[in-house]
Amino acid sequence: MAILIDETTKVVVSGITGRDGSFHAKGMKDYGTKVVAGVTPGKGGQEEHGIPVFNLVSEAVQETGANTSVIYVPPAFAADAVLEAAHAGVKLVVAITEGIPVLDMIPVVHELKEMGVRLIGPNCPGLISPGKSKVGILPGEIHTPGNVGVVSRSGTLTYEMVYQLTRNGIGQSTCIGIGGDPVIGTQFIDTLELFEADPETKAVVMIGEIGGTAEEEAAAYISKNMSKPVVGFIAGRTAPPGKRMGHAGAIISGGQGTAEDKTKTLEGHGIQVARIPSEVGGMIRDLL
Amino acid sequence: MNIHEYQAKEVFRKHGIPVPPGGDVASTPEAAKAIAEAIGGQVVVKAQVHSGGRGKAGGVKLADNPEDARQKAEAILQLQIQGLPVRRVLVAPALDIAHEYYLGIVLDRAAKLPAIMISREGGVDIEEVARTKPEALSKQHFDPERGLRPYEARMLAAKVEPNGKLAGKIARVIEKLVAAFASVDASLAEINPLVQTPDGDIIALDAKINLDDNALFRHADLEAMRDPDTETDADRDARNIGLSFIKLDGSIGCVVNGAGLAMATMDLVKHFGGEPANFLDIGGSSKPEKVVTAIRIITSDPKVKAILFNIFGGITRCDDVARGLIQGIQQTGVKLPIVIRLVGTNEAEGRKILEEVSGLHPAETMDEAVKKVVELAQA
Repeated sequence: MAILIDETTKVVVSGITGRDGSFHAKGMKDYGTKVVAGVTPGKGGQEEHGIPVFNLVSEAVQETGANTSVIYVPPAFAADAVLEAAHAGVKLVVAITEGIPVLDMIPVVHELKEMGVRLIGPNCPGLISPGKSKVGILPGEIHTPGNVGVVSRSGTLTYEMVYQLTRNGIGQSTCIGIGGDPVIGTQFIDTLELFEADPETKAVVMIGEIGGTAEEEAAAYISKNMSKPVVGFIAGRTAPPGKRMGHAGAIISGGQGTAEDKTKTLEGHGIQVARIPSEVGGMIRDLL
Repeated sequence: MNIHEYQAKEVFRKHGIPVPPGGDVASTPEAAKAIAEAIGGQVVVKAQVHSGGRGKAGGVKLADNPEDARQKAEAILQLQIQGLPVRRVLVAPALDIAHEYYLGIVLDRAAKLPAIMISREGGVDIEEVARTKPEALSKQHFDPERGLRPYEARMLAAKVEPNGKLAGKIARVIEKLVAAFASVDASLAEINPLVQTPDGDIIALDAKINLDDNALFRHADLEAMRDPDTETDADRDARNIGLSFIKLDGSIGCVVNGAGLAMATMDLVKHFGGEPANFLDIGGSSKPEKVVTAIRIITSDPKVKAILFNIFGGITRCDDVARGLIQGIQQTGVKLPIVIRLVGTNEAEGRKILEEVSGLHPAETMDEAVKKVVELAQA
């Protein structure tokens, strides 16, 4: 088990001939992910790292049976690429692309939900079920198979946490970056629900950051619905209000969304919150 | 990106939202006087600055005649509002007001939709109204592709105005604000207050628009509204090459990839007793030039005593960062101690490149790197 992706996942890469798409298609393949197809309009018939390239996602799905899409398409075209993949029949779309206009994504997020297609991201690192499959840009070698689920709004901070866990001898069931944009397909709560239902996952690390109220909503969900222990971390204690900290979603506005508030809310729901990343390993070990 | 009130009013005008007639923007007291003369009668002089609370800070004043407008403008142009110097004032005719409403559109992240908010209580801090009298604020989501149906606008307007004729005018403003929000890719569009004049007109007395930075590539006209005075050279250099950079007050320059890790790194610097000099995310797909620019920006701040590189490669490749670091050191001649931690994609290649560079302080873990840089900054 694991959540969302495993040995049966067959991936089609949109934007496979671009710099990042090509590099990470190879990275996924080298990790052992079944990367069965790539798509770049106008480049059908080529191969990229031995992966057949198609003009359309629908062709790729028909020919290869791909069931998962990963998007490395530039921001101006990415929302359309997500829709193309969903309508081609995949069940999971992972949008790596950073910088997609919010108003482009809003209708896409709702359309995929109505279709029953799960969207991860955009502006996310993707996900990995260690030893089984990785879809996205996460560095595979820092992960190790195990029983801790990791969910985060950030990319590289997720790697940092995983690195800490692995160094502490704690393996992971699935690690997933849900994305740093204000509007994303899959939220903390959706992921927590999947981890709760996954027999392999015994505990969860949830990495939040300033801005919005997703961590607060997750905290209420955890205390009400989860039997598995969760350890939290919130980035941005030193962030000044009114400044967007890189992620479009990471901004303290109108006095809302501070790291202090989020920490307090999580702790108020009985969730342990690490003050620094290196505390997470020890907290998880004590809970397992 | 934020635009000023006078620019937001231009956007409103283009979309048919009524704004006060006449008026213009001035950067000197004399220019303000000339505008007031052209308008005639009582005018309002308003600071054009990217911060709220302008009124409370003394940035909005009524003036009875052109000379008074000159004096008010002179005073306002010397103000700093929430740390931001006022470089321009809007001089506009003063309106008689019968009533003030609030109308705004914000992004509701939880619902994943924009939400219209409207209240009969305008001209005040709307967050305060939301807290203390939530029933006075009506909210309605809409699909930005479909827009708002006219009847939905009429129903919203009826919640704040019993007079049918006035409510009809408000409904039209709501529809037009929805259209403006979508067409400029706003993340916020607000009219506070939307006023009713004694003659029964409905006019946007104030205007606030924040734009989605990710959408600016398709709005050259709005990009041209960027106020160069609100940016430092470092801000501009960072933006042009695609770095997220926010200057802070400390002595430890931080170069990190990824916003979350960049925030966590700043937090850890503070945790171990140091003060971060900046937030800086070199972003994914980092070209060596980005790293060179990052070093140049950080070393241009005389308060910086040591630099920390915390790179966890995913889409970012450690060898790219290493090459950029070497170029940056050569081009800037930086003498400050540099602590570097490289992990992840192409880590071995990156470390190999840096073996040839003397004077760098390598670190394995984030804790070790941060402790070391704090120590070096305080030495």
